[in-house]
Amino acid sequence: MTESQHEMQGVNNLIAERLIPFPSPHFLSAGALNPPAALALLDLADVFVDLNRQSSKVLDLLHGRTVVNIFFENSTRTSSSFEIAAKRLGADVVTMPVQASSVAKGETLIDTAVTLNAMKPDILVIRHGASGAADLLSQKVGCAVVNAGDGRHEHPTQALLDLLSLRRAFGDVGGLTIAICGDITHSRVARSNVILLSMMGARVRLIGPPTLVPGDADRWGCEVFHDMREGLAGCDVVMMLRLQLERMQGALVPSTREYFRFWGLDREKLAWAAPNAKVMHPGPMNRGVEIDSDVADDLSVSLIQDQVEMGVAARMAVLASLSARIGDDR
Amino acid sequence: MSRLAIVNARLLDPATDYDGPGGVLIEDGRIAEVVRGAANFGEVETIDAQGLCLSPGLIDIRIKTGEPGAEPKETLKSASLSAAAGGVTTIVVQPDTDPAVDDPAMVDFIQRRGAALNLVNVFAAGAATKARDGVRMAEIGLMNEAGALYFTDGDRVIANSRTLQRVMSYAGAFNALIACRPADPWLSEGTVATSGELATRLGLSGAPAIAERIQLERDLALVEQTGARFLVDQISTEGALDTLARARGKGLEVAASVSINHLCFNELDIGEYRTFYRLDPPLRAESDRQALIEAVRDGLIDVITSAHAPAPAEDKRRPFSEAAPGAVGLETLLAATLTLHHEDGLDLLTLLRPLTQGPAALLGLDSGVIEAGAPADLVLFDPDAPVVIDAAKLKSKSKNSPFDGRRLQGRVLRTIVAGRTVFAA
Repeated sequence: MTESQHEMQGVNNLIAERLIPFPSPHFLSAGALNPPAALALLDLADVFVDLNRQSSKVLDLLHGRTVVNIFFENSTRTSSSFEIAAKRLGADVVTMPVQASSVAKGETLIDTAVTLNAMKPDILVIRHGASGAADLLSQKVGCAVVNAGDGRHEHPTQALLDLLSLRRAFGDVGGLTIAICGDITHSRVARSNVILLSMMGARVRLIGPPTLVPGDADRWGCEVFHDMREGLAGCDVVMMLRLQLERMQGALVPSTREYFRFWGLDREKLAWAAPNAKVMHPGPMNRGVEIDSDVADDLSVSLIQDQVEMGVAARMAVLASLSARIGDDR
Repeated sequence: MSRLAIVNARLLDPATDYDGPGGVLIEDGRIAEVVRGAANFGEVETIDAQGLCLSPGLIDIRIKTGEPGAEPKETLKSASLSAAAGGVTTIVVQPDTDPAVDDPAMVDFIQRRGAALNLVNVFAAGAATKARDGVRMAEIGLMNEAGALYFTDGDRVIANSRTLQRVMSYAGAFNALIACRPADPWLSEGTVATSGELATRLGLSGAPAIAERIQLERDLALVEQTGARFLVDQISTEGALDTLARARGKGLEVAASVSINHLCFNELDIGEYRTFYRLDPPLRAESDRQALIEAVRDGLIDVITSAHAPAPAEDKRRPFSEAAPGAVGLETLLAATLTLHHEDGLDLLTLLRPLTQGPAALLGLDSGVIEAGAPADLVLFDPDAPVVIDAAKLKSKSKNSPFDGRRLQGRVLRTIVAGRTVFAA
């Protein structure tokens, strides 16, 4: 055995120790996880993080599996993250460019699903503009479905990668106070993070203008604040959300400059949080709207670049774990 | 001369508050004689009801078909068959066809096509504005003359208060009834649910329940000013019921309808994006449903409707926010209404009134009663017989029933329209 073969043997052993069948047939909601399963996925993802930092990155864990990415909304980041994750596990990957395809001709999501299903993929990764679309798709296909964002409902792999970034930065998420700030109402990232971070023992706060925080968000077990100074006090983590610029048209907020003045994260506001607080953002960022570049690019406080890196590893863990479950079910 | 007798029945006549044994004699399509107690009409074809219920046929004032314009969804024939199987003897078709029923020729078309089927009585409601655009007043007088029973833009709200004011005021010349769905158009725009914890969690855009009350306050203020005859179409929230009760208290004569779906389901039935529960108005909180049931009990509600809205599978098997709203309901209307009897203790006359005499009185029909001279539109049913609803077996061309798989009580045994049996189980 050569040295690199030895190394791969070691990696494969590590993976085998940590790989668990996914706790649910699909990954539609962060609620599909439970604390032990989430921790196991993080342990597995840690192996992939190390692997991804090496020059030889490809495994054969998903050899012979077909992963189809179907993105009904534009998203370069998430679709390439899933594509790279699947390729590094040795899967065959097809990314369907939906805008150009038959959906534009009036084909429904179900038609598309039935067509795809006939091609016998093992895992379907879907992003769609309507809440519940991934759920609907999962009822109509015979393969595992991963929700890569459905409307304003959920984006569970984002929550998992955020959890991974947090655990690597803090060691343990339990007991952390985490503020999610900005447009909560329209954010699937917020919903998935509220579920997963609360499940892992973090205290979650929601901060934003009353027009962008749902009135019943307190029933999610979160504390709700409309004032950044109050909300950030004592927070270990400040997770900023993207403000869709079209919100200005709907009279939800008056202007970007007013938004930045009261809810945009800069050094001054960050100082209200706990000392050594970390900053996160799911991207893409509106610099100068919800976050100041000065904070976003400061690697001593910002986990934003880590999040992108962790995205690939977390998605590898999800795909590998789902694949192990498919093996089990068969 | 055709004659038919029904004896040994439990007669239910909401108009006279009679619930007791009896029989009827039918001659030439009309009720010739009603006997309370033991009846024997001699040598005629006789049906022995064996103590089961005989009530006026149901009158459903708010049903949609796809004829003309969307026949794969529902035709007047499939809707009529569905009605007959549900004990519904009169249907009033909404004007939201393609083209809309907004001129007398269209009213005539619907009513002729309906009559030619020889099944149930088919009437049309006319549009209040041309093409239901909420701007140009439709030919209310001519449509009224052609037989349109009331005027409405259906699910569309007439947002412009001046237009509605003029429609109401003009309709007064013909004593025509105007119906409006109360929903603030701006609060409701683009929404698919009632705002609340469930909608927020599912990531569905919701309209607050007050959107209904806000619009109803406006509508009633215009009624007060114009003196129009007015129907509140499908009231669904507790807040709006308060508004309605207050207006009645001030002496304002307005009628109100409620859909059977809002009496039977609440927002939690949406569960994990079940599109058969995507309705317009959206399903409400349980407290609203309870308030609606109490309003039926107290007689605040004049009309219960199935709000029959067929939508084929391709329109329902979509993500929730993209799915067509509405549910079919003609065939399940009676059994669904009877859940309020079996589960909530409302008596049969209280429940049948808004399905028979209530709508008949509102629309000026001579049916909806069991009395000599009235049309022999009757339904014979067993109020206790258990049924399991199987949507696939419904007569409607669309199978979007929220009652699919539900266990209900109440079976229609025979539906009689103008003395002819149009359905027999």
